[in-house]
Amino acid sequence: MSTASESAPRPPAPAPVARRAALVRRERRRRARRLAWNVVGLVVFATLVFPVFWMISTALKPDTEINSLAPTWLSTDTTFQHFRDAIARPYFWDTVKNSLIVVGAVVALSMVVAFLAAVALAKYRFTGNKLFVVLVIGILMLPQAGLVIPLYVVLARYGLTNELMGLVLTHMVILLPFAVWTLRGFILGIPRELEEAAMVDGSSRLGAFVRILLPLVAPGLVATSVFVFITSWNEYIFANVILTDQSNHTLTVWLSYFYGTSRNVDWGGLMAASTLTAIPVVIFFLLVQRKIAFGLTAGAVKA
Amino acid sequence: MTVAAESSTIRSRRRPRTVRRALRGSVPYLLILPVIVVITAILGYPLYKLVTLSFQQYGLPELILRQGVWIGFDNYSSVLQDEVFWRTLLRTMIFTVANVGLTIVLGTSIAFLLVRVSTWVRVLLTAGLVLVWSMPAVVAVQVWYWMTNFQNGILNHVLTELGVGDYTQHDWYASTFSKLAMVTLLIVWGAIPFVTITVYAGLAQVPRELVQAAEIDGAGPLRVFRDVTFPILKPIFLILTSLSIIWDFGVFTQPYLLIGASHVDTTNYLMGVYVFIEGYAHSDFGRGAAISLLMLLMVAAMSVVYVRRMVKMGETR
Repeated sequence: MSTASESAPRPPAPAPVARRAALVRRERRRRARRLAWNVVGLVVFATLVFPVFWMISTALKPDTEINSLAPTWLSTDTTFQHFRDAIARPYFWDTVKNSLIVVGAVVALSMVVAFLAAVALAKYRFTGNKLFVVLVIGILMLPQAGLVIPLYVVLARYGLTNELMGLVLTHMVILLPFAVWTLRGFILGIPRELEEAAMVDGSSRLGAFVRILLPLVAPGLVATSVFVFITSWNEYIFANVILTDQSNHTLTVWLSYFYGTSRNVDWGGLMAASTLTAIPVVIFFLLVQRKIAFGLTAGAVKA
Repeated sequence: MTVAAESSTIRSRRRPRTVRRALRGSVPYLLILPVIVVITAILGYPLYKLVTLSFQQYGLPELILRQGVWIGFDNYSSVLQDEVFWRTLLRTMIFTVANVGLTIVLGTSIAFLLVRVSTWVRVLLTAGLVLVWSMPAVVAVQVWYWMTNFQNGILNHVLTELGVGDYTQHDWYASTFSKLAMVTLLIVWGAIPFVTITVYAGLAQVPRELVQAAEIDGAGPLRVFRDVTFPILKPIFLILTSLSIIWDFGVFTQPYLLIGASHVDTTNYLMGVYVFIEGYAHSDFGRGAAISLLMLLMVAAMSVVYVRRMVKMGETR
């Protein structure tokens, strides 16, 4: 009769118990699915991390366990002997020192030069701007193996082979474009209004720059320096070609010659040396990974 | 008196202002000058040298005399007629396709996995990815060498234990295919974190409502990926793929060290190793320069997509 009576009675309310049961069932299925994904996730985690785990675990094992055919997953008989052996190897400290000198010089020189260019790219519009960006990214893409010959021949001509300075210059070629591009991103990330506000308040452009921009961009500078540090520390092909004397090698090259050609490889020592080479890199990388990861895909991903 | 003084101050003020304006216009150029100088000196000149070297007979005697002998296109014809060059090029292309394909597929799968797991698993997995990412290439090579060692490498042990087959004393470095497969495994392992973390960040940009709407309309997970997620992630995939192609095509450290300096030869060359051995190790810099130049041109052609994309994005920002 009345429309109200037709619409008012809701579709015969399903017994609340049945409804809840359905909900519970769905929830249970959701949980089961999540549990399954978690298991997959843990398996993936274990597979990915295994090589790193195996490196450290081998480095801490006594030789008998390393060379036995049945592997010991985690030794109870932990020893630091392999680390002592690795450090006692000839040229370990020389190469550490060389690596630090090269990396220090590369970071100091390229950061100053790159920062200036990054400011130009981020804060000014100028003719040739686009060409410069193409140049910067283009160089980033060049395969290093293809550059070995020209760089070697030119450095040999000026007596810079087997000199740490020669390697510093080479690393700057690779790392300047990277540093310019990353720093540009960091500077662009700072709102223009901040700087303008300071200028309205009577600061000069330089004053605004030093007092407002510099402190804000400092974390970006640190992150980029660390990344330059890591790349220079890890670099292998140029270090191997340019520095010929063993006492002139960098740590990475020292590690690559560790087992040499001998038949009986000192696996424990090799893994200890590998761990020692990786430690500074891993620590620094963990500190800056978040800040740097998106430089190469800038724009496609909003970090 | 006062008028004259005023006009003179005006005049004296005007000149510096135009100077200052001119100076301000030149500021960006002054700022990029150091980079330009450094790059021209240590890259521009060598690249020029590379071109001239490729037309010269330039070996060790010439390196000492610092004077090459002009031989025209002989280096190029020697390289292009060399079967090793073409075989290496083909091998490198197949290698690149395999490596890039595996990296992108596995990396993306793990990114999708990250979305589905509980928070604590996600944190753990991300930490693991970053740890793997941070491993220096040379260190990773040594670990791989140890794990795949034929005598007591863990890989043989695990495969045997899992019942995959009898891999006791199996030598992974016996055949070319197997050698390059080990290199692939190493490279893909090292490259997955970058892809996963980038794709995962991209996934966060996909609007939830869009996915839910598609699901309500009855789209299965594959359909959602194809019609909703993928189009949004497309620019990311484009960049990741082109970067991976460029990197894997020119890769040197992993194949050179894992196969071993004394075991790389014409049967297992990849482009990066080939150019290094033929040019540098054999001290035939002229011919090496020709190969380098050909390789650089190929990579430059591959980079066009990436560079254009980056420049465009630089403009919109």
